[in-house]
Amino acid sequence: MEGKRNVRICCLCNERRASLKRPKTLQQICTECFYLAFENEIHQIILSNRLFSRGDRVAIGASGGKDSTVLAYVLSKLNRVHDYGLHLFLLSVDEGITGYRDDSLETVHRNQIQYGLPLKIVSYKDLYGWTMDEIVKLIGLKNNCTFCGVFRRQALDRGAAFLKVDKLVTGHNADDIAETILLNILRGDIARLSRCSSIVTGEDGPIPRCKPFKYTYEKEIVMYAYFKKLDYFSTECIYSPNAYRGFAREFIKDLERIRPRAILDIIKSGENFRISTTTKMHEQGTCERCGYISSQWVLIDDQSSSGDGGGSTRCCSSAWWMFTVTVPEALRSISHVCSGGGQNQEKNKEKGGSLHGCIHGKEDEEMKVVFIDKGKRFSAVQSH
Amino acid sequence: MACNGSGGGCQSGCYKDEETTCGQPTASSETDSKSSSNLCLKCKLNDVVSGYGGIDDGRFCADCFRSNLFGKFRLAVTSNAMISPTDRVLVAFSGGPSSRVALQFVHDMQERAHKNFEASRDRSLPVFGVGVVFIDESVVFPIPSHEMEEAVEAISLIVSSLAPPRKEFHFVPIETVYSSDSSDGKERLLELMNVVSDPTGREDMLLSLRMLALQKVASEFGYNRIVLGSCISRIAAHVISATVKGQGYSLPADIQYVDARWEIPVVLPLRDCFIQEINMFCRLDSLKTVKLSTGPSSSINSLVSSFVALLQEENPSRESTIVRTAGKLIPFQFNRIPEIIDGNVPLATRRRQKRYNLKSNESVSSESFCPLCNSPLDKSEIVDWSNLKNCRSSDTFYTSCCSSCQFQILPPDSTSMEKFYMDLPHSVVARSNQVNNGKLNALRYVFPFLVKEQIQDCLLSDGEDET
Repeated sequence: MEGKRNVRICCLCNERRASLKRPKTLQQICTECFYLAFENEIHQIILSNRLFSRGDRVAIGASGGKDSTVLAYVLSKLNRVHDYGLHLFLLSVDEGITGYRDDSLETVHRNQIQYGLPLKIVSYKDLYGWTMDEIVKLIGLKNNCTFCGVFRRQALDRGAAFLKVDKLVTGHNADDIAETILLNILRGDIARLSRCSSIVTGEDGPIPRCKPFKYTYEKEIVMYAYFKKLDYFSTECIYSPNAYRGFAREFIKDLERIRPRAILDIIKSGENFRISTTTKMHEQGTCERCGYISSQWVLIDDQSSSGDGGGSTRCCSSAWWMFTVTVPEALRSISHVCSGGGQNQEKNKEKGGSLHGCIHGKEDEEMKVVFIDKGKRFSAVQSH
Repeated sequence: MACNGSGGGCQSGCYKDEETTCGQPTASSETDSKSSSNLCLKCKLNDVVSGYGGIDDGRFCADCFRSNLFGKFRLAVTSNAMISPTDRVLVAFSGGPSSRVALQFVHDMQERAHKNFEASRDRSLPVFGVGVVFIDESVVFPIPSHEMEEAVEAISLIVSSLAPPRKEFHFVPIETVYSSDSSDGKERLLELMNVVSDPTGREDMLLSLRMLALQKVASEFGYNRIVLGSCISRIAAHVISATVKGQGYSLPADIQYVDARWEIPVVLPLRDCFIQEINMFCRLDSLKTVKLSTGPSSSINSLVSSFVALLQEENPSRESTIVRTAGKLIPFQFNRIPEIIDGNVPLATRRRQKRYNLKSNESVSSESFCPLCNSPLDKSEIVDWSNLKNCRSSDTFYTSCCSSCQFQILPPDSTSMEKFYMDLPHSVVARSNQVNNGKLNALRYVFPFLVKEQIQDCLLSDGEDET
């Protein structure tokens, strides 16, 4: 960082000219050393956390964006160089968003050829019978991200199950994780706070997910993609980026400017938080209908009688959507669904018996309760 | 199909409600005209006042607001056994609104206790004593001398007006942390601070030194409690900045009502009060506060403070949510007032303390502390002392500090580190030596053979030979 102004020789190899300042350490280094340091760090993370075992089938959640593109590139390279013995696949979700996902999937298709990885695309249309475009038409732009996130989580699980993979890796980077830790503190979500900093999650679920980029800075990923001239898609989703998240994002960027190490320090704090075991955690379990893990429950009252009990089935809300209704129909025809949540149920009654179910948010998203009533009104409020 | 119907649009509806109450504070001077029809929720007699932030903003009249705020203070004091009749309490007063209100409340409480004492027949329950301390940090952050003189005058006036009962006032320069080791404390302090280049590190270093000075004064003048005015807003900011500095392990130690890891326990009775409430209280009762001019800060601390303040503006319960979240992290064993074993203390006091104290199974015990900031060390920060036998003491000191201090305060190179070590106050060095010796004791639990070595000469036969 200091000195060597006139020379500018890479401070790692001491041979080549330094052409970049490494965001994480502010060292002035050459691109070759940067590639090496970048890849090596991820290799070390994979080894020290024992993310994979030889022979594993691993799906890479590929959106066509920078993170997943770099992840696919680096992982296939490391697999080759260090002989991990992994079978890699690209797995994409098509939410059905015209002007965004169709374009980004083009990128994934190109990556499939460039990296020689088999690709599987699962679409909302096939899985659930509707596209996000249709949903947005119905519910408007508010809260659709949460909604979409919930279904993407399960779509990825289903795609992974189809590919019969042992693990699913996602491109969440250090900035994402630091941001999630802060957001969970800000909104008081202690249960998620305790989970969000783990490198492997969902070990008790059908397919464990891991984040090899947990300690990798977003800036370095962008830099890597830039110097390697990787082919990625950089447009944001047309259906509103989450404003609240953006706020925390900006704060992280400000911190990084003052102290690059702050991002790693936040993750370290997240790992070191000791959360009281007596703290009430969200109930996690397996849905009675679809078999997927869920932290929020919906009671489906099959007899259409009022209140809880009776012939109701406990299941995760995604299953509720999928098995009981398809969304456009739900708005028209469902007669009665009530949730297991006592407080919400009370509120619900006050509102004149409107229908209501809990959906479980994607791991990093805010929890929402979806209200649906006979008057075909559809909206969401934050719960907990 | 409406997205935000009357029933379903709750989220935006609630938010708007908050926004309107939030909007009031800025127009607080005109509230009289606006709120003529708004009666206090509590007494239903007087008009409400607003502008004090938090979730209660605009609900109470001035009187009910005052008693509500004092109620929060008193609840914190009684339910954590912060102050007992036999105690001598030292209030750390910076001149700012938070510590001003803390001082006022402690005084109010003392006054009541005094009245009760006068009225009681047997006068069995003594009245706790109160002293006030102001730490002068102008050596580190220079302030025009006339400004400091005025401030000190104003502060001593404030203290003397809070009588009876009379309160002793201690004006203490920060370099007092050197007073026992040498006369050139000022120079050494400056040298020490100059080694620290990181702006956040400088601020945090000063914070540690300030606590050292407070402890020193308290101990010298026989106080057994130190009262800080840290309010919820301050604590919320600390939660975030400690997280940002990687102090997730030690964080819970700093944010409890009681912090007894020091020789003299430190208590935070304003832990549940918002800064806006405190400002409002000062305004209503025209409490005089003193603000010393400070330069702009580019530290993590100030960045975090403005971030949290901004969030609080957007949502009036944000700060309490942050503190509540952090409150679910497991505190340490020292986060409570040590049990009184002294037989001279009235039984009622002891009983009360027992009732309210933290359950020990809900806390973590920690044996190792950073000698610089005194934060408990996590496993990865505790070093293997067997490898450090032949190291220079400055290097040993470096290794025994927490990783956060190592990064933001300690100099990275060995020579500057040695210099830094030489300039440290004696009490800090002593703390580090104590830590290291403690480490050896701790080792004995792990390696019984070390114990065996010590008593070897008294053993009649070697256990293994017997079989």
